[in-house]
Amino acid sequence: MPTDLSHLKADFPILSNGVHFLDSGASSQKPIPVLEAMDRFARTSYANVHRGAYQLSVASTDAYEAARERVAQFIGATDPREVIFTRGTTTSLNMVAFGWGLEHLGPGDRILATEIEHHANLVPWQMVAKRTGATLDHVPMSDDFRLDLAAYEQKLGPDVKVVAVTGMSNVLGTMPPVRQISDLAHRHGARVVVDAAQLVPHSAVNVQELGADFVAFSSHKMLGPTGIGILWGAMDALEETEPFEGGGEMISDVTLHDATWAEIPHRFEAGTPPIIEAVGLHAAIDYLDSIGMDQVLQHDRELAGIALDRLGDVPGLHIQGPDDLIDRGGVVSMTMDGVHAHDLATILDEQGVAVRSGHHCAKPLMRRLGVGATARASFYVYNTEEDIDALIGGLRRAGELFGVGS
Amino acid sequence: MSLEDLYREVILDHYRNPRNQGRLESPDAVAEGVNPLCGDEITIELNFDGDRVTEVAIEGQGCSISQSSSSMMTEAIKGKSRAEIETLTGQFRDMMSLDGEVEIGLDPERPGAVLGDLEALQGVRKYPVRIKCASLGWNVLQDALDGGTRT
Repeated sequence: MPTDLSHLKADFPILSNGVHFLDSGASSQKPIPVLEAMDRFARTSYANVHRGAYQLSVASTDAYEAARERVAQFIGATDPREVIFTRGTTTSLNMVAFGWGLEHLGPGDRILATEIEHHANLVPWQMVAKRTGATLDHVPMSDDFRLDLAAYEQKLGPDVKVVAVTGMSNVLGTMPPVRQISDLAHRHGARVVVDAAQLVPHSAVNVQELGADFVAFSSHKMLGPTGIGILWGAMDALEETEPFEGGGEMISDVTLHDATWAEIPHRFEAGTPPIIEAVGLHAAIDYLDSIGMDQVLQHDRELAGIALDRLGDVPGLHIQGPDDLIDRGGVVSMTMDGVHAHDLATILDEQGVAVRSGHHCAKPLMRRLGVGATARASFYVYNTEEDIDALIGGLRRAGELFGVGS
Repeated sequence: MSLEDLYREVILDHYRNPRNQGRLESPDAVAEGVNPLCGDEITIELNFDGDRVTEVAIEGQGCSISQSSSSMMTEAIKGKSRAEIETLTGQFRDMMSLDGEVEIGLDPERPGAVLGDLEALQGVRKYPVRIKCASLGWNVLQDALDGGTRT
């Protein structure tokens, strides 16, 4: 019996016009409870957080800190202070690369990233490598679209100071074994940074079980608003991280020439934070929890399975990723012989199907796959088999227009 | 506007069999361009006899619109002077313009009479996100022309 979440679609006003939205990997749609929570908060309880002596500011601060506690609970963090609000996954990863990396990396040190990373967990490390004199190495992808773990073990060594790995590839949908990767890295004393932008929205995550030192993700990919993301860090890792931005909110004391930092997490949250967004994220987590994250993953994976089965019958179509459902989420990348991904996306759009086309901010992976671009369908709680029907129909239309297989 | 209007047979023909593909032995001007949003790439090489383009070669990868537009462009500019190419580029840009009021001077009675195969790209205008695809090769051509002679 497939996991039927079709009743949820009505919670997403934007889907009421019938669009087959298959681009949740880029950003997800927002359900009514999230929209209403932000609206209600902005109408009744909004003011700047912290420092305010008046009631509205106290109410606003309470809501902001309640969101932090909710996130901590959602990801199994033992201490809410380990949850830092950022602008998004990219900012979170830059905070680690610059705030931790500049302090702890130098000539002779190695940074180990992977061939399947999103640019957000690669480019900051390139920048920090250049500044510190550390070298950047990578774990290759094996031919079955998984990380080559044998190569990973070989590349580990005492000079590896940090391992940067995705929790779920935004192109392939594969979920590397972060626990195993973390345990191996820790044996060599390396820190582990996980780009969990695709993982946390689609899978139950407990940061204790994950075993990494830093975990980054975004609200907007998990039914929440844009403008807010999370950096979770193990307390000992955060303690050896310098603030990436200076300003208000993050200091303990300031003289004209020096400053001391506020306590964790506030030292990492310079300036006015995304307050209304934190309230929206809180509501999004409540919404996801009411479904159950195991159900979410099972649902996405079932849709991926249906899509993989049916895509195999479309002439000229190739899956860029594994054709099985082992350790993967609801992301399916594809190419079609003789039809470029952008043309696929335009033709699908004409059929009311929204997919992403291009390099998905993973150009090294595109080179490894030997393609310039892919079209990517990604599934979430509001998708149903009807969306896959429309996808298959649109792909067949593309094949006909371009004379594929004729 | 239908998909058949966007993906006309002549476009698909240029996409499948791009003209003037490859490299020149010793080009007078070279330029390359990438659309950073989508990753489409075009490299153009030109040879001149005085003011006139005598040889043109392109290499690239990308969607049917970017690649066919570039292919058609190479056919259209070969043998033309810089001034003639400037006029042609202006006509092409007008054809891509979102402003429906722009008089692009095409003769609906005689398709292809003014801009040749390039007229088949008219349909792109109805797909605003794809205009940048059609324009990529032309932007790179402009760079090659501005870049002057490479020695």
